[in-house]
Amino acid sequence: MKRQNGWDMFAFEGETAVTIESLDLYYGSFHALKNICMAMPKHAVTALIGPSGCGKSTLLKTLNRLNDLIDGCRITGSVRIGARDIYAKEVDVSALRKNVGMVFQKPNPFPMSVFDNIAYGPRTFGVRKKAELSGLVENSLKAANLWAELKDRLHKSALSLSGGQQQRLCIARALAVQPKILLMDEPTSALDPISTGKIEELCGELKEAVTIVMVTHNMQQAARISDKTGFFLLGDLVEFGDTGELFASPKQEATMNYISGRFG
Amino acid sequence: MRKQFDLDLEGLSAALYKMAAGAEDAIRLSVRALTQKDGALAQRVIDGDGAIDEQEKSIEQRALKIIIKYQPVARDLRSVTCALKMITDIERIADQAADISSIALKFLDRAYIKRLEHIPAMAAHVTDMVHEGVRSFINRDGTLAKSVIAADDAADGMFVGIKDELISYLREQPDAAEQIVYFMMIAKYLERIGDHAVNIAEWVIFDLTGTHKEVKIL
Repeated sequence: MKRQNGWDMFAFEGETAVTIESLDLYYGSFHALKNICMAMPKHAVTALIGPSGCGKSTLLKTLNRLNDLIDGCRITGSVRIGARDIYAKEVDVSALRKNVGMVFQKPNPFPMSVFDNIAYGPRTFGVRKKAELSGLVENSLKAANLWAELKDRLHKSALSLSGGQQQRLCIARALAVQPKILLMDEPTSALDPISTGKIEELCGELKEAVTIVMVTHNMQQAARISDKTGFFLLGDLVEFGDTGELFASPKQEATMNYISGRFG
Repeated sequence: MRKQFDLDLEGLSAALYKMAAGAEDAIRLSVRALTQKDGALAQRVIDGDGAIDEQEKSIEQRALKIIIKYQPVARDLRSVTCALKMITDIERIADQAADISSIALKFLDRAYIKRLEHIPAMAAHVTDMVHEGVRSFINRDGTLAKSVIAADDAADGMFVGIKDELISYLREQPDAAEQIVYFMMIAKYLERIGDHAVNIAEWVIFDLTGTHKEVKIL
């Protein structure tokens, strides 16, 4: 794939993919994230949990600067991917978003064929050769465990797929531009248990290649598939640590109350 | 949902407390049957063991249903696990009480080689350990659980005292060997009951800390 300046600027040198330091985020006068500090390891799944409105999706969107699109959003502190401060002036936001892919709550395939959905990103970034595009489509669909199901339907509309297939297609589409990080915002909340299970399995496989940060309301899902978990409440990161430890022996009473269903 | 979970967990604790009370009664009554040569009482303990087995199965079902319904985590999961582990010890305690009663039935019309003092004292001590172990679970009292573990040294000391006394009786009255061996078995049953009480207390500490016998499990 054609490379442009800045595309490889987010290399991970150590074990940490994302480093957040003293991050505060405001929507106008509303203080949505308060002094957040966390280090997300590479090739791991980090789950962000907490009740609605606690700031977990806001934090997710700071990682690919999607909050830039919101009027009145103001950020202080730093967010680094690898060693690079992603809010530094010289950062190319397109290059950032190529490196930090995102999958949303509801599958949002483009109204075009399966092939064109996957090829959309690479084409945007300059890939033109049919053979190269075909290779990328095949590899992305294989990585999303969709190739066997869709290899004979590449030119059918993506909208004809089931919900679970559409969501995996969205994951494949994100993978097609070879991101280093994949953000997932409640990726299975609209899916049935079988499709959910497939995406959870997929996360376990994908983390060999990409670092995953996932917002989920499903405690068992966080416990099953994540390596690290952060619990947010009212904009504060209450607790962040190894998932096994957090779900076995949370250090904070608020975490215990949330994961055991006492509130939230 | 959470309120229902709390109610279900309270129900589980209450059932466990009732089962433990039955096992404690079984120890007291079996030793009373032994000392008073009360065959009917001994038979009552033996016949009652089945009910305690049934309680164990019922509590197992309750605990597994709680796990299926609520998928508890952290302290909640430990409490349910703890109950599941404790009932195994409580069931064994009741079995041992029934075994003591079975021995009591053998001596209904025979004189004892001495007045029974140390066995009832040891039985009272280990029954107290069981009671306090279960109470430490109900009250989530780690200090009480540790005191139960510490009390096992005294139980072991009583066992050694009884064993030494029985050995000296064996030397003096070899014709009474059968009775002496049975008393030795009773002392061993009581010593095992003390060990079960320790197991219960160790699970209570796991419930409170996630650490079992100094190994961090959950």
